[in-house]
Amino acid sequence: MKFLPLILKNLLRKKIRTSLTILSIAVALFLFGLLVAINSAFTGGIEAAGADRLVIRNKISIIMPLPISYKERVLQINGVTADTYASWFGGVYQDPKNFFPQFAIDKITYLKMYPEYLLPKDQYEAFLADRQGCIIGRTTADRFGFKVGDRLPIRGTIFTGTWEFNIRGIFDGNRPEVDTTPMMFDYEYLSERVSFINGRVGWYIVKIGNPNDAEKVAKAIDQRFSNSNNETITEPEKMFVAGWVKQMGNIRLLILSIGTVVFFTLMLVTGNTMAIAVRERTGELAVLKTVGFTDEATLIIVLVESVAIAVIGGGIGIGLAKLFTLNGDPTHGFLPFFFISPVQMIVGLFVAALVGVVSGIIPAFLAMRLRIVDALRRV
Amino acid sequence: MVRVDGINNGDALIRVRDLDKTYRRGSEVIHVLQGLNLNVDRGEFVAFMGPSGSGKTTLLNLLGGLDVPSAGTITADGEQIEKMSGRKLAAWRARHVGFVFQMYNLLPVLTAFQNVELPLLLTKLSKSDRRRHVEMALSIVGLSDRMKHYPNQLSGGQEQRVAIARAIVADPTFLLCDEPTGDLDRKNGMEIIELLERLVAEHYKTVLMVTHDPIAANKAHQILHLEKGSLVEATKGN
Repeated sequence: MKFLPLILKNLLRKKIRTSLTILSIAVALFLFGLLVAINSAFTGGIEAAGADRLVIRNKISIIMPLPISYKERVLQINGVTADTYASWFGGVYQDPKNFFPQFAIDKITYLKMYPEYLLPKDQYEAFLADRQGCIIGRTTADRFGFKVGDRLPIRGTIFTGTWEFNIRGIFDGNRPEVDTTPMMFDYEYLSERVSFINGRVGWYIVKIGNPNDAEKVAKAIDQRFSNSNNETITEPEKMFVAGWVKQMGNIRLLILSIGTVVFFTLMLVTGNTMAIAVRERTGELAVLKTVGFTDEATLIIVLVESVAIAVIGGGIGIGLAKLFTLNGDPTHGFLPFFFISPVQMIVGLFVAALVGVVSGIIPAFLAMRLRIVDALRRV
Repeated sequence: MVRVDGINNGDALIRVRDLDKTYRRGSEVIHVLQGLNLNVDRGEFVAFMGPSGSGKTTLLNLLGGLDVPSAGTITADGEQIEKMSGRKLAAWRARHVGFVFQMYNLLPVLTAFQNVELPLLLTKLSKSDRRRHVEMALSIVGLSDRMKHYPNQLSGGQEQRVAIARAIVADPTFLLCDEPTGDLDRKNGMEIIELLERLVAEHYKTVLMVTHDPIAANKAHQILHLEKGSLVEATKGN
């Protein structure tokens, strides 16, 4: 602590240079924060997916439906404790850019399957009682200002015509990773209006008694429907969601690549600044050593300066990124889990500190190795 | 009493025996100091004179533990320093040596007070004790009213006084001054010399000073002349 004034004074010695270095780190960590948020947005669904849930889809393609009659047959398979189904609706609210996912669901079994959706009891009951009722996730409700009781007109694209819904409930997630963008309504409402649905659903979700049996149960399900007109592929929900993410390219690799470039550039900027700062202060460091500062103390002083700059800049950057993500998904639906968790913020600060250490270590080492007589000669 | 003949004189504070310092420049070996012997008693004020390159500053650096000799021994206050590790030598310097340089070498980002406080940051003194020591050191050099001034707000003479305050604040065993008046005009230079004289006379400090200025050197108890790395003459100051 008693060296703090010395370190602070050194940091403030070249205010513009220090500010610019802090700013560059802040910008980089802001970018890092956004990359983390985007990464969360893509992988959040995977994290939120239940380990005890399997998804059954048509073997040909996800867009090919499955018979509704499979529901009872799936339930008979050993290891399956519950099942439900859903269909993609794909409607437009006012304008195509107002995208949010819409599903036709089996109301009772679907909401039982997903306890992570939190819906007040009275709203749940109102939803069950209304054939035209729908429930909407908090994110989408907030985005468009929907309230319980509102009438919601949706223009169908797959199922043409205008569809009128009554908003009966707004659900939240029990944790940040839970997607609260979808709108869900009664499958019966869809099937009674659309004759070509003809008892077909988009996919099934199955709950299994023991997550360790996932592979065995999935195999049993697919075997049950093999050689039928509608063969299936069954996989854990995590894999199913990951499959969607994969379709968008190797996001992780992209993010990691950008992150690495940012990180490396950042190290060069900070390292260069610290190297200049140390070179400028060669004589002063020699004086410190002359009055009795050890080589190690000199190393620590330079290193602490470097880390302080990096952590201040990192704190500002990650804080701004957090503020940015507080507004939620900037794409209005494409990145439903757009947030930075406290743990990720701490990781960001740790990354910043690491940048400080790595970029400061060479200048600090040079300061440590500085020979007093040589340095004094340069004063 | 100062002796340069290598004969022990009781309990000399600084005892140098057969001191050599050589540098290599390519294949050439340069002898900066050769077979130097020196005894300095406590409370002495010694001036080293000699032409440039005669080894004065090198001798001072060796005595202060800033550099290591190629051969020979240096004993200061009973401790042999030439074989000390870097860490031990740093602690020894902090405890026993106060340095004053020609260019003052104050840290420009620190106030006079903070510059003087620097050596005390290495001690276990409390903040209030440090403050007391710093205020006393600054009052000895006559700069009690300049504590909050930064080096660029002080004259050259005042800067050197701050440097002297920094050198004495930890109450070192001896002071090493490398041309302390070299960057000052005659008036300020003499004030610095008078200050050093006072430190010797009133505070019983031992001062070893390198200088080119015969008037400053004459204020010392003893003037030692170096030439080509050897002590060639010892004369009495005024």
